[in-house]
Amino acid sequence: MAAEHAEFALTPTGYIQHHLTFLAKHGDTPFWTLHVDTYVTSLLLGVVSFGFLAWVVSGATAGVPSRRQAFVELAIDFVNEQAKSIFHGDIRFLAPLALTVFVWVLMMNAMDFLPVDIMAYVYEHALGFEHWRSVPTADVNTTFALALSVWLLMIFFSFKAKGVGGFFHELFCAPFGNNPFLWVFNFLFNMVEYISKPLSHSLRLYGNIYAGEIIFLLLGLWASTGAAGTFFGAILSVAWAIFHILIVALQAFIFMMLTIVYIAMAHESH
Amino acid sequence: MNINFTMFAQAISFAVFIWFTARFVWPPLMKAVEERQKKIADGLAAADKGQQELVQAQGRAQEVLNGAKQQSQDLLANAQKRVDEMIEQAKASARQEGERQLAAAHAGIEQEIQQARETLRGQVATLALAGAEQILMREVDLEKHREVLDKLGARL
Repeated sequence: MAAEHAEFALTPTGYIQHHLTFLAKHGDTPFWTLHVDTYVTSLLLGVVSFGFLAWVVSGATAGVPSRRQAFVELAIDFVNEQAKSIFHGDIRFLAPLALTVFVWVLMMNAMDFLPVDIMAYVYEHALGFEHWRSVPTADVNTTFALALSVWLLMIFFSFKAKGVGGFFHELFCAPFGNNPFLWVFNFLFNMVEYISKPLSHSLRLYGNIYAGEIIFLLLGLWASTGAAGTFFGAILSVAWAIFHILIVALQAFIFMMLTIVYIAMAHESH
Repeated sequence: MNINFTMFAQAISFAVFIWFTARFVWPPLMKAVEERQKKIADGLAAADKGQQELVQAQGRAQEVLNGAKQQSQDLLANAQKRVDEMIEQAKASARQEGERQLAAAHAGIEQEIQQARETLRGQVATLALAGAEQILMREVDLEKHREVLDKLGARL
């Protein structure tokens, strides 16, 4: 343990590196590494959130809804309206997908509100974890997992809506036209689109949340300048946390909207 | 930025959560919401129907009221007519009765005049006879002069 602590010396770099180190379970090769903190936090958040939704919904009544049910209905209706307005077809799969994305990403982003240093203390002294990153969406694995799942669904829906022939026809004949001279350009254009979609989808979320976390850490560094610096840093942290509420909700909303838009675009033929 | 097995673990979690939401969260709530929407729509339709029925009922009530008004006016007019007729009848019968009584009175008076005339005639005849007796200073045979006396009486 002492040797590991030496790795994170009490320098600004050491402080930040300490906070940004995953609790990793290493496998035979680097690939088989599992970020236990990311995985367990996201799983717990998912179980709690969707368990809560299922619990509320199991007592749902068509009569006058309870306050709890009205709250859940508000969230679900919001997602339903978005899905319906963008996707013109059967939304029995897309709408629950969008709800899952929105709720899960919102909860994972909201972990950013936990004060970084207090939580690090709790994780280390109450739970015995030296490293524990509590924001799953600040882990690129999570955002890529979501974006690539959506990407696969997008391709699946594209095949489902257009058939295999239609899919490949569109790959080579859209958007510029079906002249054989244009096939290469069409294909390249589509490839750029297919590659950029999951990249921008995942990195937008990751970048925003990761940057938010870094700023909290940088504000935490004020504590190293003494009592006045600690106080000043705390005030700035509060200001950033308030502003971060907007980012957390907005990024969850954007991620959900892009999920709906990508699948809706895949469903339309050109 | 190290992609590893975590990504696949997260993707599996994601898939399970999607399945869970699509199976246990979405359908029951949507069912409840749609049921409520239907209830509200039914309620609104019933309210509309009630409104229409109210308007119809008001129309019917107005019709009944108009009919009653008409009827009462008719009744009033009939009664007025009847009263007028009765008054006319009463007037007519009163006039007839008056005329009849007048005629009876006339007849009575005529009869009395006749009677008086008859009496007078008899008395005149007697008086004339007495006068003639006085003048002639002798008995006049009443039976012999009856015809003359009757003629005299008839001229009166």
